[in-house]
Amino acid sequence: MEVMKQVVEFFSPIYILMLAGFLGYEIISKVPVILHTPLMSGTNFVHGIVLVGAMVALGQAVTPLEQAIGFLAVLLGAGNAVGGYFVTERMLEMFKSSKGQEK
Amino acid sequence: MGYAIETIYFLTAVLFIVGLQRMSHPTTARSGIVWAGYGMVLATVVSFVHPQIQAGPGNYALMVIAIAIGGAIAWWGAKKVAMTAMPQMIAIYNGMGGGAAAAIAAVELLKVHAHPLPISTLIMAVAGALIGAVAFSGSVVAFGKLQELKFFKDDAKFRFTGQQKVNAAVFAAAVVLGLVIALTHSSNGALITVFFLLALAFGAMMALPIGGADMPVVISLFNAFTGLAVALEGFVLGNSAMIIAGIIVGSSGTLLTLMMAKAMNRSVANVLFSNWAALGSGEAQAVTGSLKPMEPPDAAIQMAYASKVIIVPGYGMAVAQAQHKIWEMCKLLIERDVTVKFAIHPVAGRMPGHMNVLLAEAGVPYDLIFDMDEINEEFSTADVALVIGANDVVNPAARTDKASPIYGMPILNVDHAKNVQVIKRGKGVGFAGIENALFFADNTRMVYGDAQKVAAGMIQGIKDLG
Repeated sequence: MEVMKQVVEFFSPIYILMLAGFLGYEIISKVPVILHTPLMSGTNFVHGIVLVGAMVALGQAVTPLEQAIGFLAVLLGAGNAVGGYFVTERMLEMFKSSKGQEK
Repeated sequence: MGYAIETIYFLTAVLFIVGLQRMSHPTTARSGIVWAGYGMVLATVVSFVHPQIQAGPGNYALMVIAIAIGGAIAWWGAKKVAMTAMPQMIAIYNGMGGGAAAAIAAVELLKVHAHPLPISTLIMAVAGALIGAVAFSGSVVAFGKLQELKFFKDDAKFRFTGQQKVNAAVFAAAVVLGLVIALTHSSNGALITVFFLLALAFGAMMALPIGGADMPVVISLFNAFTGLAVALEGFVLGNSAMIIAGIIVGSSGTLLTLMMAKAMNRSVANVLFSNWAALGSGEAQAVTGSLKPMEPPDAAIQMAYASKVIIVPGYGMAVAQAQHKIWEMCKLLIERDVTVKFAIHPVAGRMPGHMNVLLAEAGVPYDLIFDMDEINEEFSTADVALVIGANDVVNPAARTDKASPIYGMPILNVDHAKNVQVIKRGKGVGFAGIENALFFADNTRMVYGDAQKVAAGMIQGIKDLG
């Protein structure tokens, strides 16, 4: 039983890796060319999640050097997330149909 | 607490996936980014009480200050930027993400002496650091190039013989040093510093010799890199939200990069390791015929009495900020029962889809905008094809002239239309530096001048018809 648990623990990240990999591929492959730039911007926003890792890293920092690098990480991560969101939103806001059916 | 946070991260991952999925259709795209935005806010808020954070209030203060400063600058930049400058803005935000991933790795590596990590984790930390640092410096260079900053302007300046070997050597040195750091559990500051400097240098050296026209592919590649770096650091921190989001971006970014390169008829390796000048061999086919000019009002009359007009916009139109005037003219044509369609080449603008954004900004409905594959058959039934500030993407040499650097690139079949009008600033050649046989064809008329002024002239021409 204990062995089985270890095996599952070992494999679960690999499963996540595989499934998430296919998912990313599938999402993009259905996108019309007209949305490529906004979507690239959207994926750019999604990896802004690095911000939470940066917060954890800064939270663990002890020495001033670690704090400085952690501070930089949070700063850059926040820039990625916030900037990525607003440029994507600005672009997508403009897409309108001639039939006036906005959502 | 751990369970609560993991639940929120799980929810964030779901929101990201649903958001991206909604972003893949024009009608739901706007709501997609909002969904993803909620996910990001949730994840950020709960991370303040993450159990891995053990330090005192000092670090919390730093966290808040860093988020405030980074967020404010990015918000301001994102609100100010012009739509034409969007690609370089994406590049810089992407670079920030890569830099953040690299910085996380730096903190983890410096702490190894106090908090030992298994070798496999260390290798992932080092790999993420390398990829993230490359994405950071490379994106900064890409930004500089697209922003046309003086220092980056001359691509040839950064090319030298044996460049690939030097780059390979720098990369190899970074990899070896990274492995040494991981295998020896080293927290040696000097070693880590040199490792990061090598990684940063490699990213910059990789991007510097690449020309502005190829930058979209490179930015997209760096976007995928950042995703991968974030996922790797996610494994290091055991953070599932980072792992899932990072991998999704890594795989979708890789596919997007391949699609872009394919639209430009180049392989990714070709973009990275060569340049336009080195492509195409032998003499280009001689172009015969003459350029036949036409005045804007005459061009307008031809369109007003047509039954179908296809507009082919290029980056030149965006530079002249002519999209609003052009759409105004199109509306007049539509009122006269002329069928108007826009044909977009995959690399029109500076990125696939960039032209659509620019047209959308001018108010053009997206159901009048067609991809190359959708509309290419239709040119033969069009009375007029109006080319605005586009050149290489409508050059028939891509079909016939094996010596041409753009040979093999899919093009819009503008030359199949009954009449072709080309709005062009002057008589110069296109971005790839080659003559365009289309401009000399019997059914082509050249309308010279600034695209915005020409469009104004055309509007007047149509209005005068009553």
